[in-house]
Amino acid sequence: MSPFLQLECVNKSYPGPKDAVWAVKDISLTVGTGEFVAVQGASGCGKTTLLLMAGVLLQPTGGRVILNGQNPYALPSGQQAQFRAQQVGFVFQQFHLVPYLNVLDNILAPTLALNRNGGVCDRALDLAERFGLTKRLRHVPAALSSGERQRVALARALLNQPKLLLADEPTGNLDEENGQLVVRCLAELARAGTAVLLVTHEPRIGDHADRVLKMKAGKIS
Amino acid sequence: MSLFRLVFREILHRKLSFLLGVISISVAVAGLVAALAVLQKHDARTGQILAAKEAETQQQMAKLEDDYRKVMLKLGFNVLILPKEQNLGDLYADDFASKYMPEEYATRLAKSRVATINHVLPSLQQKVKWPEFDRTVLLMGVRGEVYVQSAQQKPLLEAVKPGTMILGRELANNLALKVGNKTKLMGREFTVAKVNSARGNKDDITVWISLSEAQELLDKHGLINGILALDCTCDTVDRLGRIRPEIASILPDTQVIEYASQSLTRAEARQRAADEAQASIQREKEGRDKLRAERAALAAELVPGLMLASGIWIGLLALANVRDRRGEIGILRALGMSGQSILIIFLSKAIIMGLAGGCLGYLAGRMTGVMWHDVPGAPPIPMPFSDLKLLVLMLVAAPLLAALASWLPAMHAAQQDPAGVLREM
Repeated sequence: MSPFLQLECVNKSYPGPKDAVWAVKDISLTVGTGEFVAVQGASGCGKTTLLLMAGVLLQPTGGRVILNGQNPYALPSGQQAQFRAQQVGFVFQQFHLVPYLNVLDNILAPTLALNRNGGVCDRALDLAERFGLTKRLRHVPAALSSGERQRVALARALLNQPKLLLADEPTGNLDEENGQLVVRCLAELARAGTAVLLVTHEPRIGDHADRVLKMKAGKIS
Repeated sequence: MSLFRLVFREILHRKLSFLLGVISISVAVAGLVAALAVLQKHDARTGQILAAKEAETQQQMAKLEDDYRKVMLKLGFNVLILPKEQNLGDLYADDFASKYMPEEYATRLAKSRVATINHVLPSLQQKVKWPEFDRTVLLMGVRGEVYVQSAQQKPLLEAVKPGTMILGRELANNLALKVGNKTKLMGREFTVAKVNSARGNKDDITVWISLSEAQELLDKHGLINGILALDCTCDTVDRLGRIRPEIASILPDTQVIEYASQSLTRAEARQRAADEAQASIQREKEGRDKLRAERAALAAELVPGLMLASGIWIGLLALANVRDRRGEIGILRALGMSGQSILIIFLSKAIIMGLAGGCLGYLAGRMTGVMWHDVPGAPPIPMPFSDLKLLVLMLVAAPLLAALASWLPAMHAAQQDPAGVLREM
């Protein structure tokens, strides 16, 4: 299994009232192609910060992030955005769907970044079908259940066929059934060759992961 | 999926905010378009008023011209017959002719029965020193009228009896001479027979005596230097053109000029009327110009005020929009959209808002301008509803205003840290 994501001694601090607050401390982590890695930890332990750094959204204070053999933070910001659009998919606990776009348009939203339209609509419809959203294509997020919203978010994350999928508490707002559905889906994606990094505070989600890492106070134990 | 679709969907989603922005721009554009229309109508009305005034003046002048012609026909005019060699420049400079002609000319003229001349008055006039008073005066020797038709015709000017004099008012006052006083002129005694009323001209310093005595005093026996032909009547406006050949045929070595006649006075009055009419047009124009300047000044304060208020309002709406869409911006950035694309999304919305506001504002402003009645009771000034040039200008200016007002909030949106937003949510 070739490494797709490599975090080398990355750390991140935020300015505090007196001293800097260290959210992530010297974490080294590798996620291989087709590997499903779960990071478990309590709220506030630095999981989301770790995920954002891995997703080329948050520059580490120290250390290096290597994605597909490349350090994306060395790229100019415009190219960083393109790199992110091509390589990374995100799923969040709060879904973060665009409220005024219907299901189909939300799934198609990543095309705005890549200006890629050929065949993408068919792929969006396939994803909608795969996640049981075919009958909800014209509905806006407010008209969907939490499970449906997360499935839309998942479909959106997969539209550009990312090589790395980052999931931040994807089951946090879902019931047991929908939560299991999402986790199974992530496991399937990993089996299909996508590197999946999931952060969660729920211990049982780790059952589906290839590796489970524990995170506490910004460190992985 | 395109940026335009995203912008369009967002506009539909936040209709009220968009509508408020459009209304704000519409008000500013309508203010500008209406102000321009009002000024345009003002200019048209000014042109209309001045054209009417000028037409009215021309009509009055034409009527005066006609009256003048009638006056000439009915009242007649005066001519002065001078020796042919008399230089007119000298005459006007000295107030008397320096060349002389035989007194007999007056009789010859009267006897010729020139149909256009009713009264003939020979005179000898010269500026002299009144040695007894050490005073320069105009001495005028007159013999009374040489009757053209009969001795029964009513004379225009009475003769001055020998041994008497008639004085101009200023002269009499200055020398303290009254009717009945005896005085000496160049050693010869005269009785003041009359003091003329003030005329405001050289007559006020003139001494009239009989022609024969004047000839003796000036040593010009049998000579005169002018014949006044009074109350000439002609049936054409070109009076001199008619009378000159007639007189030339009788007195070939003379010349004829028009002499302060009633008709000249009428002509002067006519000129004064024309001047007054022109002054009236000028006053009207100045009044209209002043009103226009006041209206332009009001527009110059109102329109920028509206623009500024509209710009601030749109800026605030855009800022509120950016704050509302923080999460959306964060996720779009996470999906790989660049800051530049975020900027384009917000500016596109502002431009669409500007276009809509520009259109509506143009319609409202133009309608106001078209319906605006500048002078109650006056016929309305027609104004076409469409002005393509102005519409295009508004459709460029309004989106520009909206884009400028939204620029800072849009930049703020484009520079937002997506990680910060996603961590907060």
